Amino acid sequence: MEESKDVNRFDDGMAELEAIVARLERGELPLEEALAAFEAGIALVRVLNQRLNEAEARIELLSRDADGALQARAVSEAEIKE
Amino acid sequence: MQLPLEPVALSSVLTVSELNQRIRRALETGFREVWVVGEISNFRIPPSGHCYFCLKDKRNQIAAVMFRSASQVLPFRPEDGMEVIVRGHVGLYDVRGDLQLYVDSMEPRGVGSLQLALEQLKKRLAAEGLFAEMRKRPLPFLPRAVGIVTALKGAAIHDMLTVIRARCPGMPVILRPVRVQGTGAAPDIVRAIADLNEHGGADVIIVGRGGGSLEDLWAFNDERVARAIAASLVPVVSAVGHEVDVTISDLVADRRAPTPTAAAAIVVPDRSDLLSRLDQFALTLRTCVQRRIHQQQDRTAALARHLRNPRQVLKNLRLRIDELAERAARATSGRLRFAEQRLRGAGERLHALSPLAVLERGYSITRRATGGTVVRDASSLRKGDDLRLLFARGIARVRVEGTE
Repeated sequence: MEESKDVNRFDDGMAELEAIVARLERGELPLEEALAAFEAGIALVRVLNQRLNEAEARIELLSRDADGALQARAVSEAEIKE
Repeated sequence: MQLPLEPVALSSVLTVSELNQRIRRALETGFREVWVVGEISNFRIPPSGHCYFCLKDKRNQIAAVMFRSASQVLPFRPEDGMEVIVRGHVGLYDVRGDLQLYVDSMEPRGVGSLQLALEQLKKRLAAEGLFAEMRKRPLPFLPRAVGIVTALKGAAIHDMLTVIRARCPGMPVILRPVRVQGTGAAPDIVRAIADLNEHGGADVIIVGRGGGSLEDLWAFNDERVARAIAASLVPVVSAVGHEVDVTISDLVADRRAPTPTAAAAIVVPDRSDLLSRLDQFALTLRTCVQRRIHQQQDRTAALARHLRNPRQVLKNLRLRIDELAERAARATSGRLRFAEQRLRGAGERLHALSPLAVLERGYSITRRATGGTVVRDASSLRKGDDLRLLFARGIARVRVEGTE
């Protein structure tokens, strides 16, 4: 899971995707480069889609135990709200 | 001449100490509790921690003291020139015979003490540069997890969770619950921010609470909380729901939001919006590349058409030439016939002169076998020379026997 968790990765990915699309839209690329750009763009779309669809809707409660160590305990929304 | 003083019983003459004592007692009964308005001047705090100053108006002044036990609960810092209302009692410091106003409590005149404290802190922190735009860090576009510092089971946490779920269903949340008002709140918030930094799971932190009075929100104006937010390595969004003014937390934070709900909307992007943008990108990519491929196909087809039928090309060319020739002929018919006749006449005369016609009459051309030079002079020949004789038809190889 670590690989997809880099803080800035998502909007960097979006920016790169925009750049690829802009290049392709200009229409001046040689065919091989156009195909390579297409492939790179589609791969990025897949990765970013995956990132958005990761369903990890967990809520954790952070506290310190008796020894002062930090611990994060998974809780349900009901515990928090009620 | 000075008259002698009236003789008085010695018992009714007071010592200084007795006098001071009487004055002190009179003050203690008569000035047990007074409220005084005046301006502070000459304010100083020696190492004892007690505050010594003068309280004055236009024409009079009185020495005052506020012991540390009373002054340390003041939210604001008294300063020279400040107009205040004090409550206290008047006494005599009898060792020195000094009149003293002993101040129990102090309020700034014209503005609430909390308000004044707030203004003073704001100035101080601003001077340190804690509110500077340059210090503020950008928030992550799509956080790994959102950290929240607020009360458990309140409207604030409820609203924030609702918004986060709606915008970004998969987003993990790490809650570090705190007291959000009362004396213990500020230190608790300070620890909470430190805890989330230490845990490291969240890459953005929302610190907030719902609306309330200035007293209720006081923890979010606390200097310690401000410094904790400034020191946080993880970017902080301040989300204090307030009707009126901005809190100090709002000023120090990397972003401020008017309410906890607004803060939740700031920290997570709208997932469905992003998904549709991605779909759009995919569509554009496909369209563009298809267009490019069609382009290529058209060019290639055009070239191929040319290469497939060279015979056809030549035939076409020949037709073109014939066409041109015919047009040319039609254009120049008169002149051409005359020219033809002249040409024929010239051709006949040429023919008569040509070597071939001479050979027809019986002459032959003699050449040396080696070198091929034509022989005109018999004296240039020797016995045994090889010669080639050219006739109108055919060639003979001969050898010279002799010459005459």
